Amino acid sequence: MNILVALAAVAGLFLVGLLGGMSGLGWLFGIVIPSLALLLFLGGLVTKVVGWAKVPVPFRIPTSCGQQKSLDWIPHAKLENPHTPLQTVGRMALEVLFFRSLLRNTKAELVDGRRLVYRTDVALWAGAVLMHWSFLIILIRHLRFVTNPVPAFVTFVESADGFLEIGLPAVFVTTLTFLAGVSYLLFRRLRNTQVRYISLVGDYFPLFLLLGIGLSGFWMRHFDKVDIAAVKEMMLSIFHFTPMVPEGISPLFFGHLFLASVLLAYLPFSKLTHLAGVFLSPTRNMANNNRAVRHVNPWDYPVKVHTYDEYEDELREKMVGAGVPVEKPLEKE
Amino acid sequence: MSKFDEPDHYKQDELLQIDWRPPGTSWMDTRPDMRPGTFIYPGKAKHLGTMGFPHAREWAVTDVDWKLPEGWQKIVLDGMAERLARYRSFKIFMDTCVRCGACSDKCHFFLGGGDPKNMPVLRAELLRSIYRKDFTAMGKIFGSLAGGRALTEDVIKEWFYYFYQCTECRRCSVFCPYGIDTAEITMMGRELLGLLGLYVNWVLEPVANCFRFGNHLAIQPHGLMDTLEFMADDIEEATGIRVDIPMNKKGAEILFVTPSGDFVADPGIYTCMGYMLLFHELGIDYTWSTYASDGGNFGLFTSHETMKRLNAKIYAEAKRLGVKWILGGECGHMWRVLHQYMDTMNGPADFLEIPRSPITGTEFPHARSTKMIHLMEFVADLIRHDKLKLDKSRNDHINVTFHDSCNPARAMGIFEEPRYVIRSVCNHFHEMPENTIREQTFCCGGGAGLGTDENMEMRLRGGLPRGSAVRHVQEKHGVNQLAAMCAIDRATLVTVCDYWAPGVKVTGITELVANAMIFTGQKKRTHDLRLEPIPGMELDESMGEDVEEGVAAHV
Repeated sequence: MNILVALAAVAGLFLVGLLGGMSGLGWLFGIVIPSLALLLFLGGLVTKVVGWAKVPVPFRIPTSCGQQKSLDWIPHAKLENPHTPLQTVGRMALEVLFFRSLLRNTKAELVDGRRLVYRTDVALWAGAVLMHWSFLIILIRHLRFVTNPVPAFVTFVESADGFLEIGLPAVFVTTLTFLAGVSYLLFRRLRNTQVRYISLVGDYFPLFLLLGIGLSGFWMRHFDKVDIAAVKEMMLSIFHFTPMVPEGISPLFFGHLFLASVLLAYLPFSKLTHLAGVFLSPTRNMANNNRAVRHVNPWDYPVKVHTYDEYEDELREKMVGAGVPVEKPLEKE
Repeated sequence: MSKFDEPDHYKQDELLQIDWRPPGTSWMDTRPDMRPGTFIYPGKAKHLGTMGFPHAREWAVTDVDWKLPEGWQKIVLDGMAERLARYRSFKIFMDTCVRCGACSDKCHFFLGGGDPKNMPVLRAELLRSIYRKDFTAMGKIFGSLAGGRALTEDVIKEWFYYFYQCTECRRCSVFCPYGIDTAEITMMGRELLGLLGLYVNWVLEPVANCFRFGNHLAIQPHGLMDTLEFMADDIEEATGIRVDIPMNKKGAEILFVTPSGDFVADPGIYTCMGYMLLFHELGIDYTWSTYASDGGNFGLFTSHETMKRLNAKIYAEAKRLGVKWILGGECGHMWRVLHQYMDTMNGPADFLEIPRSPITGTEFPHARSTKMIHLMEFVADLIRHDKLKLDKSRNDHINVTFHDSCNPARAMGIFEEPRYVIRSVCNHFHEMPENTIREQTFCCGGGAGLGTDENMEMRLRGGLPRGSAVRHVQEKHGVNQLAAMCAIDRATLVTVCDYWAPGVKVTGITELVANAMIFTGQKKRTHDLRLEPIPGMELDESMGEDVEEGVAAHV
């Protein structure tokens, strides 16, 4: 059910973009909506991150995944259980760039009806790495549409990405890996009964969005042959604050751009904020040096405790009887 | 006929009929099956009273009406808003989950039971669905389409059931790509339930005891003295040595704090006897405390505020007694509190000194702020400097494996110290499979206040992953003892091992150390601290003595 809602929503959105492009609403779908989406994205994400950052971190609660730093002769797992800020940066880099934690993934099985075993399961990690890294490179490639002259690193990434030199224009490897990654993640979400059970509309929707964006982009490059010069002219015009819509841009492009706009606008209000949230997770971005460096809770407040004096007052007689030293002697009767 | 609170009540074959496939109905429309053996009795009104907690009343989990206080929805939502503004962890964990499912088969309760709401992701969704509906733009606009749902009494019951089916072991957080920590979610959930006067008695009564008497078991000063005296008698019987019991001793160098489980429960008491022997042999200047007679802190399972209230006594007592630093015994959740919370909550401990071993002179700079070190850090350093006289062969009849306790593993990372100590005192040590130890260790199934008999079905189910791993090394290597440095483990893993890996006994590490130690002035030691005969020792030692006598005669 959730998957159908998401699929219908994305299909509908794509059609809206397509129809917009067909019915001469280029201004709306080429200029206004993308601009608004970009503003929503930036504004929304900044608000979100500032909102998170404003919330204090009262306690230092890292999850330790390796040997702590203690005695000199015991090797310390610096990246799995960082003790210093630099080591913590290292741990975060592994997490953000290489999805360290996902790489640990296992799949449990009950063998012979009574023995639990855990098999290494890197499929999710591989799918996620494929999707995210491909997406990043695709985004870098797309910088050519909003820059003039095109920076050298963009041209470099582009030529490296097309190294297969299949087709004309050459097929980008990352387009294929991106589509493969997204498809796998979608496939896994459906096939793994547990994951399917927990999936919300908001889990399928971004996958279909990405799939729609990827497929329409692929189609435009290799089959529809969209007028790239015109597209670039329009995109640059937005960033130069001299918006204009050239003639002859295929409606397919407006479908593609509309889905991308929806993705941008949707991101700060969805689970996709994990792209920023991962940096702020207290179980990962804090050093496990609790006993060496005191962490201060900014909203700490005094609490009612049971003091030693209260304790001794209640139990003095028994303490004296048992030979336990006391602060105040027993009152003689 | 056994009852639901006894292990015999459950047939292994039946428990092992585990189906990890979710039911046909959506989780939002599926109510928990609250059958006896899977939940814990409510906190009693008198204990809420002791702690000054609001909305004290008598109620039962099986009641239709839980007598929630007037305006309970507002209480909960205000409580959520307050916590979302105070804990970045909570807010981030509410926002960033992508439901990738990496955590889904990482929880021992899910693995052993198959209830989908014991998948960490769904446990969090129980709260997150309310968060979405009332605190996010998407949820306010799209409602259930955005995964939101209304806060009803059924939701509260579900929270109670599942937040007390989480042992806050943090295993799932190891696998989460965003480090989402279900312990944190559960702690928030339990705090919110607490605002409505909903607690479990197995947590609340210890809390009330700990507040008033300094320990969870309400052991009073004379009772503690008696207990330790009894242990001293047994120690004398086993070793011929009479140990002192320094209690509330002002000016001692070291305050020793340990979980109160070590005082009463078999086999924890043998570990406690091990502490006493170790300190006696070293001749260090230390003291026990009746006021700080528990390092364990069930406040961790109640609320942050309660944790702070119970923890305060430790620094207060260290200050009153004028000790230089604090040494902590073998406990799991206690060390989460001492390592990650104590200094922040009740520090700074600027009146103490950086811990330094009086025997080896080693300083422990990694504890330079908190001024408290773990006994295994202390003992590993002693052995490294060859300061303990050990005869490993005294433990040769023991084939031991080591269970990493959740909190020392995942909230501290003390992996090598205990292993070094065990290897130094035992010749036969075998690790369990790698996905079940160290940071991936499995909970005993009874942590975070769930280790009570009325919760037996869940304990056995939650204990299955650990039990299965123990059984594996039992069959493969002939393991017959499981060492754990946690008092809850020493209480609950006995049940788990008896059930899933019968024949494997549970021990603390210091018990193994003491059994291997050679003490100055000891008698012929034919029995261990459990006063059980040590196989082969009688013969060996008598032969040794004969030889010695023979040598003496010859000279």
